[in-house]
Amino acid sequence: MKKFVRGHLAWFTTPVLVLAFVIIWHSYIVIFDITDFILPKPWAVVKSYWNLIGNVDLWRHTGVTVYETLVGFFFACIIGIGGGALMGKIKWVEETARPFVIATQVVPKVALISLFILWLGFGSAPKILVATILAFFPILTNTLLGVKSVDLGHRDVMASLSAGRWETFTTLELPSALPAIIAGLEIGIVLAYIGAIVGEFLGGQQGLGFMTIDYQNAFDAAGLFGVLIQLTLVGFLLYIAIVVLRRFLIPWHESVLIERLALAG
Amino acid sequence: MSAIEEAANSAAAVSGGASKIEIELDQVEKIFQTDEGDVHAVAKTDINVRQREFVVLLGPSGCGKTTILRMVSGLLKPTSGNVRVAGHELWHGDTRDREAVQEMGIVFQEANLFPWLSIEKNIALPLKLRKQSKAKRLKKAHELCELVGITGFEKRWPRELSGGMRQRAAIARALSYDPEILLMDEPFGALDAMTRDQMNIELQRIWETSGCTIIFVTHSIPEAVFLADRIILLSPRPGRIHSVTNVTFKRSRDMAIQTEPEFQEIVRDLRRQLESM
Repeated sequence: MKKFVRGHLAWFTTPVLVLAFVIIWHSYIVIFDITDFILPKPWAVVKSYWNLIGNVDLWRHTGVTVYETLVGFFFACIIGIGGGALMGKIKWVEETARPFVIATQVVPKVALISLFILWLGFGSAPKILVATILAFFPILTNTLLGVKSVDLGHRDVMASLSAGRWETFTTLELPSALPAIIAGLEIGIVLAYIGAIVGEFLGGQQGLGFMTIDYQNAFDAAGLFGVLIQLTLVGFLLYIAIVVLRRFLIPWHESVLIERLALAG
Repeated sequence: MSAIEEAANSAAAVSGGASKIEIELDQVEKIFQTDEGDVHAVAKTDINVRQREFVVLLGPSGCGKTTILRMVSGLLKPTSGNVRVAGHELWHGDTRDREAVQEMGIVFQEANLFPWLSIEKNIALPLKLRKQSKAKRLKKAHELCELVGITGFEKRWPRELSGGMRQRAAIARALSYDPEILLMDEPFGALDAMTRDQMNIELQRIWETSGCTIIFVTHSIPEAVFLADRIILLSPRPGRIHSVTNVTFKRSRDMAIQTEPEFQEIVRDLRRQLESM
Protein backbone atom coordinates (compact mmCIF):
# COMPACT_ATOMS: atom_id res chain seq x y z
CA MET A 1 0.00 0.00 0.00
CA LYS A 2 2.78 2.38 0.97
CA LYS A 3 4.55 1.67 -2.31
CA PHE A 4 1.32 2.18 -4.22
CA VAL A 5 0.81 5.57 -2.60
CA ARG A 6 4.38 6.60 -3.43
CA GLY A 7 3.99 5.59 -7.07
CA HIS A 8 0.68 7.41 -7.42
CA LEU A 9 1.26 10.33 -5.08
CA ALA A 10 -0.21 12.92 -7.47
CA TRP A 11 -3.46 10.99 -7.62
CA PHE A 12 -3.95 11.69 -3.91
CA THR A 13 -2.42 15.13 -3.51
CA THR A 14 -4.02 16.77 -6.54
CA PRO A 15 -7.69 16.36 -5.51
CA VAL A 16 -6.88 17.44 -1.93
CA LEU A 17 -5.03 20.56 -3.08
CA VAL A 18 -7.69 21.45 -5.65
CA LEU A 19 -10.38 21.09 -2.97
CA ALA A 20 -8.39 23.30 -0.57
CA PHE A 21 -8.00 25.89 -3.33
CA VAL A 22 -11.75 25.90 -4.01
CA ILE A 23 -12.57 26.29 -0.29
CA ILE A 24 -10.16 29.24 0.07
CA TRP A 25 -11.61 30.79 -3.10
CA HIS A 26 -15.16 30.48 -1.83
CA SER A 27 -14.33 31.75 1.68
CA TYR A 28 -12.48 34.72 0.24
CA ILE A 29 -15.56 35.80 -1.73
CA VAL A 30 -17.87 35.33 1.23
CA ILE A 31 -15.63 37.01 3.81
CA PHE A 32 -14.62 40.03 1.71
CA ASP A 33 -17.93 40.27 -0.12
CA ILE A 34 -16.47 40.23 -3.65
CA THR A 35 -18.85 41.05 -6.48
CA ASP A 36 -19.64 38.46 -9.19
CA PHE A 37 -18.23 40.80 -11.86
CA ILE A 38 -14.75 40.49 -10.38
CA LEU A 39 -14.64 36.92 -9.07
CA PRO A 40 -17.56 34.50 -9.33
CA LYS A 41 -18.08 31.75 -6.76
CA PRO A 42 -16.63 28.33 -7.60
CA TRP A 43 -20.09 26.88 -7.99
CA ALA A 44 -21.06 29.61 -10.49
CA VAL A 45 -17.96 28.77 -12.50
CA VAL A 46 -18.83 25.06 -12.53
CA LYS A 47 -22.36 25.89 -13.67
CA SER A 48 -21.05 28.23 -16.35
CA TYR A 49 -18.62 25.57 -17.61
CA TRP A 50 -21.43 23.01 -17.59
CA ASN A 51 -23.49 25.32 -19.80
CA LEU A 52 -20.53 25.93 -22.07
CA ILE A 53 -20.02 22.22 -22.65
CA GLY A 54 -23.46 22.04 -24.14
CA ASN A 55 -22.69 24.97 -26.40
CA VAL A 56 -21.67 24.07 -29.97
CA ASP A 57 -19.67 27.31 -30.21
CA LEU A 58 -17.26 26.16 -27.50
CA TRP A 59 -16.35 23.06 -29.47
CA ARG A 60 -16.02 24.94 -32.72
CA HIS A 61 -13.65 27.44 -31.10
CA THR A 62 -11.77 24.64 -29.35
CA GLY A 63 -11.36 22.88 -32.68
CA VAL A 64 -9.92 26.01 -34.26
CA THR A 65 -7.41 26.55 -31.45
CA VAL A 66 -6.33 22.89 -31.40
CA TYR A 67 -5.96 22.96 -35.18
CA GLU A 68 -3.79 26.07 -35.08
CA THR A 69 -1.71 24.64 -32.23
CA LEU A 70 -1.10 21.30 -33.91
CA VAL A 71 -0.29 22.72 -37.33
CA GLY A 72 2.02 25.30 -35.75
CA PHE A 73 3.62 22.56 -33.65
CA PHE A 74 4.04 20.38 -36.73
CA PHE A 75 5.97 23.09 -38.57
CA ALA A 76 7.94 23.80 -35.39
CA CYS A 77 8.94 20.10 -35.27
CA ILE A 78 10.12 20.15 -38.87
CA ILE A 79 12.12 23.35 -38.43
CA GLY A 80 13.32 22.44 -34.94
CA ILE A 81 14.36 18.84 -35.49
CA GLY A 82 15.55 19.31 -39.08
CA GLY A 83 17.34 22.58 -38.37
CA GLY A 84 18.76 21.37 -35.07
CA ALA A 85 20.12 18.20 -36.66
CA LEU A 86 21.67 20.13 -39.56
CA MET A 87 23.20 22.68 -37.21
CA GLY A 88 24.51 19.92 -34.97
CA LYS A 89 26.09 18.04 -37.86
CA ILE A 90 27.42 20.81 -40.09
CA LYS A 91 29.51 23.48 -38.46
CA TRP A 92 29.06 26.26 -41.00
CA VAL A 93 25.28 25.84 -40.96
CA GLU A 94 25.30 26.34 -37.19
CA GLU A 95 27.50 29.41 -37.40
CA THR A 96 25.45 30.94 -40.22
CA ALA A 97 22.02 30.22 -38.78
CA ARG A 98 22.66 30.98 -35.12
CA PRO A 99 22.28 34.81 -35.22
CA PHE A 100 18.97 34.50 -37.08
CA VAL A 101 17.61 31.85 -34.76
CA ILE A 102 18.47 34.02 -31.77
CA ALA A 103 16.94 37.06 -33.52
CA THR A 104 13.59 35.29 -33.82
CA GLN A 105 13.67 34.74 -30.08
CA VAL A 106 14.76 38.16 -28.83
CA VAL A 107 12.22 40.04 -30.95
CA PRO A 108 9.04 40.43 -28.86
CA LYS A 109 6.88 38.00 -30.76
CA VAL A 110 3.61 39.45 -29.55
CA ALA A 111 4.56 42.64 -31.35
CA LEU A 112 5.03 40.63 -34.53
CA ILE A 113 1.48 39.34 -34.43
CA SER A 114 0.06 42.67 -35.67
CA LEU A 115 2.44 42.44 -38.60
CA PHE A 116 1.41 38.87 -39.35
CA ILE A 117 -2.25 39.84 -39.26
CA LEU A 118 -1.48 42.66 -41.66
CA TRP A 119 0.19 40.21 -44.02
CA LEU A 120 -1.88 37.10 -43.58
CA GLY A 121 -5.33 38.38 -42.61
CA PHE A 122 -7.62 37.41 -39.77
CA GLY A 123 -7.78 33.68 -40.44
CA SER A 124 -5.74 30.87 -38.90
CA ALA A 125 -2.49 31.55 -40.81
CA PRO A 126 -1.01 34.27 -38.54
CA LYS A 127 -1.84 32.26 -35.42
CA ILE A 128 -0.14 29.17 -36.84
CA LEU A 129 2.88 31.31 -37.65
CA VAL A 130 3.08 32.64 -34.10
CA ALA A 131 2.69 29.12 -32.69
CA THR A 132 5.51 27.91 -34.94
CA ILE A 133 7.85 30.75 -34.04
CA LEU A 134 7.27 30.27 -30.32
CA ALA A 135 7.54 26.47 -30.38
CA PHE A 136 10.44 25.77 -32.71
CA PHE A 137 13.15 27.28 -30.54
CA PRO A 138 13.18 24.84 -27.60
CA ILE A 139 12.86 21.96 -30.06
CA LEU A 140 15.77 23.24 -32.11
CA THR A 141 18.09 23.94 -29.17
CA ASN A 142 17.32 20.58 -27.59
CA THR A 143 17.87 18.73 -30.87
CA LEU A 144 21.14 20.58 -31.36
CA LEU A 145 22.27 19.72 -27.84
CA GLY A 146 21.17 16.11 -28.23
CA VAL A 147 22.92 15.56 -31.55
CA LYS A 148 26.11 17.14 -30.22
CA SER A 149 26.29 15.31 -26.90
CA VAL A 150 26.57 11.80 -28.29
CA ASP A 151 28.64 9.51 -26.07
CA LEU A 152 32.25 9.32 -27.32
CA GLY A 153 32.40 5.60 -26.60
CA HIS A 154 29.37 5.11 -28.84
CA ARG A 155 31.10 7.12 -31.55
CA ASP A 156 34.12 4.81 -31.22
CA VAL A 157 31.85 1.83 -31.81
CA MET A 158 30.46 3.31 -35.02
CA ALA A 159 33.94 4.39 -36.18
CA SER A 160 35.37 0.93 -35.53
CA LEU A 161 32.60 -0.49 -37.71
CA SER A 162 33.48 1.96 -40.50
CA ALA A 163 29.95 3.38 -40.42
CA GLY A 164 29.26 6.23 -42.84
CA ARG A 165 27.87 9.64 -41.98
CA TRP A 166 24.25 8.82 -42.73
CA GLU A 167 24.37 5.46 -40.93
CA THR A 168 25.95 7.13 -37.91
CA PHE A 169 23.20 9.74 -37.92
CA THR A 170 20.29 7.29 -38.17
CA THR A 171 21.63 4.53 -35.91
CA LEU A 172 23.46 6.62 -33.32
CA GLU A 173 22.96 10.37 -33.31
CA LEU A 174 19.22 10.56 -33.84
CA PRO A 175 18.16 7.88 -31.31
CA SER A 176 20.73 9.20 -28.85
CA ALA A 177 19.26 12.70 -29.21
CA LEU A 178 15.64 11.53 -28.87
CA PRO A 179 15.29 12.06 -25.10
CA ALA A 180 16.51 15.65 -25.51
CA ILE A 181 14.27 16.17 -28.56
CA ILE A 182 11.24 14.94 -26.65
CA ALA A 183 12.06 17.26 -23.75
CA GLY A 184 12.00 20.03 -26.39
CA LEU A 185 8.67 18.78 -27.73
CA GLU A 186 7.14 18.92 -24.23
CA ILE A 187 7.99 22.60 -23.97
CA GLY A 188 7.21 23.20 -27.65
CA ILE A 189 3.64 21.94 -27.53
CA VAL A 190 2.84 24.22 -24.59
CA LEU A 191 4.40 27.21 -26.34
CA ALA A 192 2.57 26.46 -29.61
CA TYR A 193 -0.69 26.44 -27.64
CA ILE A 194 0.15 29.77 -26.01
CA GLY A 195 1.14 31.19 -29.41
CA ALA A 196 -2.18 30.20 -30.96
CA ILE A 197 -4.21 31.68 -28.09
CA VAL A 198 -2.27 34.95 -27.96
CA GLY A 199 -2.69 35.21 -31.72
CA GLU A 200 -6.44 34.85 -31.28
CA PHE A 201 -6.47 37.56 -28.60
CA LEU A 202 -5.21 40.09 -31.06
CA GLY A 203 -7.28 39.47 -34.14
CA GLY A 204 -9.91 37.33 -35.78
CA GLN A 205 -13.28 35.90 -34.80
CA GLN A 206 -12.38 32.34 -33.88
CA GLY A 207 -10.71 30.21 -31.26
CA LEU A 208 -10.63 29.99 -27.47
CA GLY A 209 -8.48 33.12 -27.30
CA PHE A 210 -11.16 35.06 -29.15
CA MET A 211 -13.82 33.55 -26.87
CA THR A 212 -11.93 34.80 -23.81
CA ILE A 213 -11.83 38.32 -25.18
CA ASP A 214 -15.51 38.07 -26.12
CA TYR A 215 -16.52 37.21 -22.53
CA GLN A 216 -14.25 39.89 -21.17
CA ASN A 217 -15.99 42.50 -23.34
CA ALA A 218 -19.36 41.23 -22.08
CA PHE A 219 -18.15 41.50 -18.44
CA ASP A 220 -19.13 37.84 -18.00
CA ALA A 221 -16.57 36.74 -15.40
CA ALA A 222 -18.21 33.34 -14.86
CA GLY A 223 -18.16 32.67 -18.60
CA LEU A 224 -14.55 33.79 -18.74
CA PHE A 225 -13.68 31.30 -16.03
CA GLY A 226 -15.53 28.62 -17.94
CA VAL A 227 -13.36 29.23 -20.99
CA LEU A 228 -10.28 29.20 -18.76
CA ILE A 229 -11.25 25.74 -17.54
CA GLN A 230 -11.60 24.59 -21.12
CA LEU A 231 -8.21 26.12 -21.97
CA THR A 232 -6.58 24.32 -19.06
CA LEU A 233 -8.11 20.96 -19.90
CA VAL A 234 -7.16 21.18 -23.58
CA GLY A 235 -3.61 22.23 -22.61
CA PHE A 236 -3.36 19.20 -20.34
CA LEU A 237 -4.50 16.87 -23.10
CA LEU A 238 -1.95 18.27 -25.56
CA TYR A 239 0.82 17.86 -23.01
CA ILE A 240 -0.25 14.35 -22.09
CA ALA A 241 -0.15 13.40 -25.77
CA ILE A 242 3.56 14.25 -25.81
CA VAL A 243 4.17 12.32 -22.58
CA VAL A 244 2.52 9.28 -24.15
CA LEU A 245 4.70 9.83 -27.21
CA ARG A 246 7.74 9.75 -24.94
CA ARG A 247 6.81 6.37 -23.50
CA PHE A 248 6.26 5.09 -27.00
CA LEU A 249 9.43 6.52 -28.57
CA ILE A 250 11.98 6.04 -25.80
CA PRO A 251 10.84 3.07 -23.70
CA TRP A 252 14.52 2.36 -22.99
CA HIS A 253 15.21 5.72 -21.35
CA GLU A 254 15.68 6.15 -17.58
CA SER A 255 12.79 8.59 -17.39
CA VAL A 256 10.45 5.87 -18.67
CA LEU A 257 12.17 2.87 -17.02
CA ILE A 258 12.02 4.59 -13.63
CA GLU A 259 8.31 5.34 -14.02
CA ARG A 260 7.75 1.73 -14.97
CA LEU A 261 9.69 0.47 -11.96
CA ALA A 262 7.83 2.87 -9.68
CA LEU A 263 4.49 1.62 -10.96
CA ALA A 264 5.58 -2.01 -10.68
CA GLY A 265 6.57 -1.12 -7.12
CA MET B 1 65.98 -2.43 -33.64
CA SER B 2 66.75 -2.73 -29.94
CA ALA B 3 67.52 -6.05 -28.32
CA ILE B 4 64.20 -5.97 -26.46
CA GLU B 5 62.17 -5.36 -29.56
CA GLU B 6 64.04 -8.08 -31.35
CA ALA B 7 63.14 -10.41 -28.50
CA ALA B 8 59.52 -9.28 -28.78
CA ASN B 9 59.37 -10.36 -32.36
CA SER B 10 61.60 -13.40 -32.36
CA ALA B 11 59.58 -14.84 -29.48
CA ALA B 12 56.84 -15.24 -32.02
CA ALA B 13 59.11 -17.25 -34.25
CA VAL B 14 60.32 -19.47 -31.39
CA SER B 15 57.02 -20.43 -29.79
CA GLY B 16 54.81 -20.12 -32.83
CA GLY B 17 56.70 -22.21 -35.32
CA ALA B 18 55.47 -21.57 -38.81
CA SER B 19 52.22 -19.72 -38.05
CA LYS B 20 51.94 -16.43 -39.86
CA ILE B 21 52.10 -12.89 -38.59
CA GLU B 22 48.60 -11.44 -38.17
CA ILE B 23 49.38 -7.96 -36.88
CA GLU B 24 52.54 -6.05 -37.57
CA LEU B 25 53.54 -2.69 -36.11
CA ASP B 26 56.57 -1.36 -37.93
CA GLN B 27 58.34 1.60 -36.28
CA VAL B 28 54.97 2.94 -35.18
CA GLU B 29 55.04 6.23 -33.32
CA LYS B 30 52.34 8.57 -31.98
CA ILE B 31 52.69 12.21 -31.08
CA PHE B 32 49.59 14.12 -29.94
CA GLN B 33 49.52 17.81 -30.70
CA THR B 34 47.91 19.74 -27.86
CA ASP B 35 47.70 23.39 -26.87
CA GLU B 36 50.43 22.80 -24.30
CA GLY B 37 52.77 21.39 -26.96
CA ASP B 38 53.45 17.94 -28.35
CA VAL B 39 52.89 14.86 -26.23
CA HIS B 40 55.03 11.92 -27.21
CA ALA B 41 52.61 9.09 -26.41
CA VAL B 42 54.32 6.16 -28.12
CA ALA B 43 57.96 6.01 -29.23
CA LYS B 44 58.92 4.14 -32.42
CA THR B 45 57.82 0.60 -31.66
CA ASP B 46 57.84 -2.78 -33.41
CA ILE B 47 55.33 -5.42 -32.37
CA ASN B 48 54.42 -8.59 -34.25
CA VAL B 49 51.49 -10.76 -33.26
CA ARG B 50 51.06 -14.28 -34.62
CA GLN B 51 47.80 -15.76 -35.77
CA ARG B 52 45.78 -17.17 -32.82
CA GLU B 53 48.17 -15.65 -30.33
CA PHE B 54 46.95 -14.03 -27.09
CA VAL B 55 49.12 -10.98 -26.48
CA VAL B 56 48.67 -8.76 -23.44
CA LEU B 57 49.88 -5.17 -23.35
CA LEU B 58 50.63 -4.45 -19.70
CA GLY B 59 51.73 -1.20 -18.16
CA PRO B 60 50.98 1.67 -15.79
CA SER B 61 48.49 4.31 -16.83
CA GLY B 62 49.92 6.76 -19.33
CA CYS B 63 52.25 4.19 -20.91
CA GLY B 64 50.47 4.37 -24.25
CA LYS B 65 48.95 0.90 -24.24
CA THR B 66 45.50 2.14 -25.20
CA THR B 67 47.08 4.39 -27.84
CA ILE B 68 48.84 1.37 -29.35
CA LEU B 69 45.60 -0.60 -29.38
CA ARG B 70 43.74 2.28 -31.01
CA MET B 71 46.44 2.51 -33.66
CA VAL B 72 46.07 -1.20 -34.39
CA SER B 73 42.29 -0.80 -34.66
CA GLY B 74 42.57 2.16 -36.99
CA LEU B 75 40.72 4.51 -34.62
CA LEU B 76 43.98 6.47 -34.44
CA LYS B 77 46.44 7.10 -37.23
CA PRO B 78 50.12 6.73 -36.28
CA THR B 79 52.25 9.84 -36.63
CA SER B 80 54.81 7.68 -38.41
CA GLY B 81 55.37 3.99 -39.11
CA ASN B 82 53.20 1.31 -40.66
CA VAL B 83 50.48 -0.99 -39.35
CA ARG B 84 49.69 -4.19 -41.24
CA VAL B 85 46.67 -6.28 -40.34
CA ALA B 86 45.86 -9.69 -41.80
CA GLY B 87 48.19 -9.05 -44.70
CA HIS B 88 46.76 -5.60 -45.52
CA GLU B 89 48.39 -2.25 -45.08
CA LEU B 90 45.93 -0.55 -42.63
CA TRP B 91 46.20 2.99 -43.97
CA HIS B 92 46.01 4.17 -47.55
CA GLY B 93 46.57 7.88 -47.17
CA ASP B 94 43.82 8.97 -44.79
CA THR B 95 41.45 6.07 -45.41
CA ARG B 96 41.51 2.76 -43.64
CA ASP B 97 41.68 -0.50 -45.54
CA ARG B 98 38.15 -1.95 -45.46
CA GLU B 99 39.25 -5.56 -45.42
CA ALA B 100 41.75 -4.97 -42.63
CA VAL B 101 39.12 -3.17 -40.52
CA GLN B 102 36.61 -5.97 -41.11
CA GLU B 103 39.04 -8.46 -39.60
CA MET B 104 39.03 -6.61 -36.28
CA GLY B 105 36.47 -6.57 -33.48
CA ILE B 106 36.94 -4.16 -30.60
CA VAL B 107 35.82 -4.38 -26.97
CA PHE B 108 36.18 -1.20 -24.97
CA GLN B 109 36.49 -0.57 -21.25
CA GLU B 110 32.83 0.43 -21.21
CA ALA B 111 30.45 -1.97 -22.91
CA ASN B 112 29.25 0.98 -25.07
CA LEU B 113 26.00 -0.78 -25.90
CA PHE B 114 23.37 1.50 -27.40
CA PRO B 115 20.70 1.91 -24.69
CA TRP B 116 17.89 2.20 -27.26
CA LEU B 117 18.60 -1.21 -28.77
CA SER B 118 17.76 -4.53 -27.15
CA ILE B 119 20.68 -6.83 -26.39
CA GLU B 120 20.14 -8.91 -29.52
CA LYS B 121 19.93 -5.82 -31.71
CA ASN B 122 23.09 -4.43 -30.15
CA ILE B 123 24.91 -7.65 -30.90
CA ALA B 124 23.57 -7.71 -34.45
CA LEU B 125 24.34 -4.02 -35.11
CA PRO B 126 27.56 -4.65 -37.09
CA LEU B 127 25.66 -7.13 -39.27
CA LYS B 128 22.93 -4.58 -39.86
CA LEU B 129 25.55 -2.10 -41.05
CA ARG B 130 26.77 -4.87 -43.36
CA LYS B 131 23.21 -5.11 -44.75
CA GLN B 132 22.58 -8.71 -43.69
CA SER B 133 18.98 -9.87 -43.57
CA LYS B 134 17.14 -9.53 -40.27
CA ALA B 135 16.54 -13.26 -39.86
CA LYS B 136 20.19 -14.01 -40.49
CA ARG B 137 21.54 -11.44 -38.09
CA LEU B 138 19.17 -12.33 -35.27
CA LYS B 139 20.08 -15.98 -35.68
CA LYS B 140 23.75 -15.02 -35.37
CA ALA B 141 22.98 -12.85 -32.32
CA HIS B 142 21.28 -15.77 -30.59
CA GLU B 143 24.22 -18.07 -31.30
CA LEU B 144 26.57 -15.47 -29.85
CA CYS B 145 24.39 -15.00 -26.77
CA GLU B 146 24.88 -18.67 -26.16
CA LEU B 147 28.64 -18.45 -26.74
CA VAL B 148 29.09 -15.61 -24.24
CA GLY B 149 26.55 -16.99 -21.78
CA ILE B 150 23.70 -14.47 -21.84
CA THR B 151 20.98 -16.63 -23.35
CA GLY B 152 17.59 -15.48 -22.08
CA PHE B 153 18.54 -11.80 -22.06
CA GLU B 154 18.21 -11.24 -25.82
CA LYS B 155 15.16 -8.97 -25.58
CA ARG B 156 16.29 -6.92 -22.57
CA TRP B 157 17.53 -3.33 -22.58
CA PRO B 158 21.24 -2.94 -21.78
CA ARG B 159 20.34 -0.96 -18.65
CA GLU B 160 18.56 -3.96 -17.22
CA LEU B 161 21.77 -6.05 -17.26
CA SER B 162 24.69 -6.13 -14.80
CA GLY B 163 28.10 -4.76 -15.79
CA GLY B 164 29.49 -8.23 -16.44
CA MET B 165 26.52 -9.19 -18.60
CA ARG B 166 26.83 -5.99 -20.61
CA GLN B 167 30.51 -6.67 -21.25
CA ARG B 168 29.61 -10.19 -22.44
CA ALA B 169 27.17 -8.62 -24.88
CA ALA B 170 29.90 -6.23 -26.05
CA ILE B 171 32.19 -9.19 -26.73
CA ALA B 172 29.39 -10.88 -28.65
CA ARG B 173 28.92 -7.73 -30.73
CA ALA B 174 32.64 -7.62 -31.52
CA LEU B 175 32.50 -11.28 -32.61
CA SER B 176 29.31 -10.92 -34.67
CA TYR B 177 31.05 -10.59 -38.03
CA ASP B 178 33.60 -13.32 -37.25
CA PRO B 179 36.69 -11.13 -37.14
CA GLU B 180 40.06 -12.85 -37.07
CA ILE B 181 41.29 -10.39 -34.48
CA LEU B 182 39.81 -9.24 -31.18
CA LEU B 183 41.20 -6.04 -29.67
CA MET B 184 40.31 -5.53 -26.01
CA ASP B 185 40.98 -2.32 -24.11
CA GLU B 186 40.79 -3.08 -20.37
CA PRO B 187 37.44 -4.74 -20.98
CA PHE B 188 37.05 -5.99 -17.41
CA GLY B 189 38.58 -2.98 -15.65
CA ALA B 190 35.23 -1.74 -14.39
CA LEU B 191 34.12 -5.11 -12.99
CA ASP B 192 34.47 -6.43 -9.45
CA ALA B 193 37.22 -8.97 -8.77
CA MET B 194 35.01 -12.04 -8.74
CA THR B 195 33.20 -11.17 -11.95
CA ARG B 196 36.55 -10.34 -13.47
CA ASP B 197 37.99 -13.83 -12.72
CA GLN B 198 34.89 -15.39 -14.18
CA MET B 199 35.10 -13.22 -17.30
CA ASN B 200 38.77 -14.17 -17.74
CA ILE B 201 37.88 -17.86 -17.75
CA GLU B 202 35.02 -17.16 -20.16
CA LEU B 203 37.26 -15.11 -22.43
CA GLN B 204 39.82 -17.93 -22.58
CA ARG B 205 37.04 -20.31 -23.60
CA ILE B 206 35.68 -17.90 -26.22
CA TRP B 207 39.19 -17.38 -27.59
CA GLU B 208 39.74 -21.15 -27.85
CA THR B 209 36.34 -21.67 -29.50
CA SER B 210 36.50 -18.82 -31.99
CA GLY B 211 40.18 -19.26 -32.85
CA CYS B 212 40.87 -15.55 -33.10
CA THR B 213 43.97 -13.52 -32.36
CA ILE B 214 43.69 -11.28 -29.30
CA ILE B 215 45.48 -8.15 -28.16
CA PHE B 216 44.37 -7.40 -24.63
CA VAL B 217 45.23 -4.25 -22.71
CA THR B 218 45.27 -4.28 -18.91
CA HIS B 219 47.08 -2.89 -15.89
CA SER B 220 46.32 -5.95 -13.77
CA ILE B 221 49.37 -8.22 -13.52
CA PRO B 222 47.54 -11.41 -12.46
CA GLU B 223 45.02 -10.90 -15.26
CA ALA B 224 47.85 -10.54 -17.76
CA VAL B 225 49.65 -13.66 -16.57
CA PHE B 226 46.47 -15.71 -16.49
CA LEU B 227 45.42 -14.82 -20.03
CA ALA B 228 48.56 -14.25 -22.06
CA ASP B 229 50.76 -16.31 -24.33
CA ARG B 230 53.04 -13.30 -24.31
CA ILE B 231 53.07 -10.21 -22.12
CA ILE B 232 54.52 -7.02 -23.54
CA LEU B 233 55.36 -4.73 -20.64
CA LEU B 234 55.35 -1.05 -21.58
CA SER B 235 57.05 1.83 -19.80
CA PRO B 236 55.62 5.35 -19.87
CA ARG B 237 56.46 8.75 -21.35
CA PRO B 238 56.95 8.01 -24.14
CA GLY B 239 55.38 4.57 -24.28
CA ARG B 240 57.88 1.92 -25.34
CA ILE B 241 58.48 -1.78 -24.89
CA HIS B 242 60.14 -2.42 -21.55
CA SER B 243 60.25 -6.21 -21.61
CA VAL B 244 58.59 -9.27 -23.08
CA THR B 245 57.52 -12.28 -21.05
CA ASN B 246 56.39 -15.58 -22.53
CA VAL B 247 53.81 -17.40 -20.47
CA THR B 248 53.76 -21.09 -21.25
CA PHE B 249 51.18 -22.60 -18.88
CA LYS B 250 49.17 -25.13 -20.79
CA ARG B 251 45.60 -24.38 -21.86
CA SER B 252 42.91 -24.38 -20.74
CA ARG B 253 44.03 -22.65 -17.59
CA ASP B 254 41.87 -22.41 -14.49
CA MET B 255 42.04 -19.98 -11.58
CA ALA B 256 43.95 -22.57 -9.51
CA ILE B 257 47.14 -21.82 -11.46
CA GLN B 258 47.25 -18.49 -9.64
CA THR B 259 48.46 -20.37 -6.56
CA GLU B 260 51.29 -22.16 -8.37
CA PRO B 261 54.86 -20.99 -7.64
CA GLU B 262 55.74 -20.35 -11.31
CA PHE B 263 52.67 -18.15 -11.70
CA GLN B 264 53.55 -16.18 -8.61
CA GLU B 265 57.17 -15.92 -9.74
CA ILE B 266 56.10 -14.29 -13.03
CA VAL B 267 53.75 -11.94 -11.18
CA ARG B 268 56.52 -10.97 -8.75
CA ASP B 269 58.98 -10.38 -11.55
CA LEU B 270 56.56 -8.15 -13.48
CA ARG B 271 55.68 -6.23 -10.33
CA ARG B 272 59.36 -5.63 -9.64
CA GLN B 273 59.83 -4.31 -13.17
CA LEU B 274 56.81 -2.05 -12.87
CA GLU B 275 58.02 -0.62 -9.58
CA SER B 276 61.48 0.09 -10.96
CA MET B 277 60.10 2.17 -13.86
